[in-house]
Amino acid sequence: MSEPTALRVSLRTAFILTVFTVVFTTLMATTYRATKPAIDASVEAEKMKLVDEVLPAHHYDNALLDDFIMVAPRAELGLDARDDAVRLLRARKADAPAALVFEAVAPDGYGGKIRLILAIGTDDRVIGVRVVSHKETPGLGDYIDPKKDRNKSAPWIRQFDATGFGQVADANWKVKKDGGHFDARAGATISARAVTNAVRRALQFAVEHRDKLYALPAKSVLEKEPTP
Amino acid sequence: MSAFREIAHNGVWKQNTGLVQLLGLCPILAVSTTFVNCVSLALATILVMALASGMVASVRSFIPREVRIPVFILIIASLVTMVDLAMNAWLHELYRVLGIFIPLIVVNCIVLARVEAFAAKNTPLIAAWDGAMMGVGMVVAIAVLGGLREFIGTGMLFSGIEMVIPGAQALQLLPERYPGFLVAILPPGAFLVLGFMIAGRNLLDARAAARVPPVHKIQAQT
Repeated sequence: MSEPTALRVSLRTAFILTVFTVVFTTLMATTYRATKPAIDASVEAEKMKLVDEVLPAHHYDNALLDDFIMVAPRAELGLDARDDAVRLLRARKADAPAALVFEAVAPDGYGGKIRLILAIGTDDRVIGVRVVSHKETPGLGDYIDPKKDRNKSAPWIRQFDATGFGQVADANWKVKKDGGHFDARAGATISARAVTNAVRRALQFAVEHRDKLYALPAKSVLEKEPTP
Repeated sequence: MSAFREIAHNGVWKQNTGLVQLLGLCPILAVSTTFVNCVSLALATILVMALASGMVASVRSFIPREVRIPVFILIIASLVTMVDLAMNAWLHELYRVLGIFIPLIVVNCIVLARVEAFAAKNTPLIAAWDGAMMGVGMVVAIAVLGGLREFIGTGMLFSGIEMVIPGAQALQLLPERYPGFLVAILPPGAFLVLGFMIAGRNLLDARAAARVPPVHKIQAQT
């Protein structure tokens, strides 16, 4: 046999590479299949954990994660046309509406978007608000997240609990520095202002569309109504 | 046996990835805000490095020299994907914090560097040991870095430990009123603390080197 041709060498090398690829892809696929149930369960559990923080389980008795509608991006939720539709969960007790749970975004945080999850009861009051994710300055603006709030007995974000426009008027729903009702920590007003305004917008949205939001069939989409 | 000891010494001290080779700094600097983050990422890296080195060493005779790099990367990437999935499944809380850095282990040059420089030329056992020891060196460096940054920055240690050991509590080392030292937690703090650590390590090395010559002289006289 003479010197192996370029073709032979390439084929041989390609074959070896293929064998390696097949072996390792199989390994990865096996791991994927072995871990998938656990990953799905953790994702679900994580969602429930957030929901539990804003809406204690005694408020409802339905399968909350299955009773949802999709809300097309709209300014009241701090979303613009580039964002995805958000999920809005509907809590019911004995088939009667109990609360709406949904995400809203404060687009104007100091470090960018602050994502919130809110639960709003049928009495049009906030049941709870939590920060899902944010990029506020550590140690300064991050008190909006109760896990980082140094005041553990009365975290800042709990000011909104059990509050609606009946308690704090629409026009007054601002931080004190802007002449409104809500506290903000000195030196980090921007984060608090962003969250306060986002909660106001989200609450307005929930109040205005309450009946429709509960009435829409599960898994349907609430489109943005055309602006006149 | 001494080969193993030498490899360990090499990995942990003489060629410490974080402090001497300065390889793979991107994840080190990015996650080192708390002790727990650091150690968790470093443990994942040890696992990947030991497995990758061992695996490459066992199949090294089948890998054509010309295409060894693609094969190495394939092996490393597969292992990282598996570690990534496993962490997502069983350490989900921690995965949320480290999530974006786990896939980055693929491009952590220290993994490929050890595979190419060491594992491809040695037997599986010794290669796996080398990978693990390089990882241990990284754990030590990054644990000190993360611990220092967390302590200086927040006055606490082991915050987030409950993500790894359920029920465990973070330690509040300085009084509650400690206002925190923000720079330590922000990115510049990572560079500053790392710089001091490298200086400290060099100082220790210089001291050790200064002590050695007299010993040699005495030995030479007797």
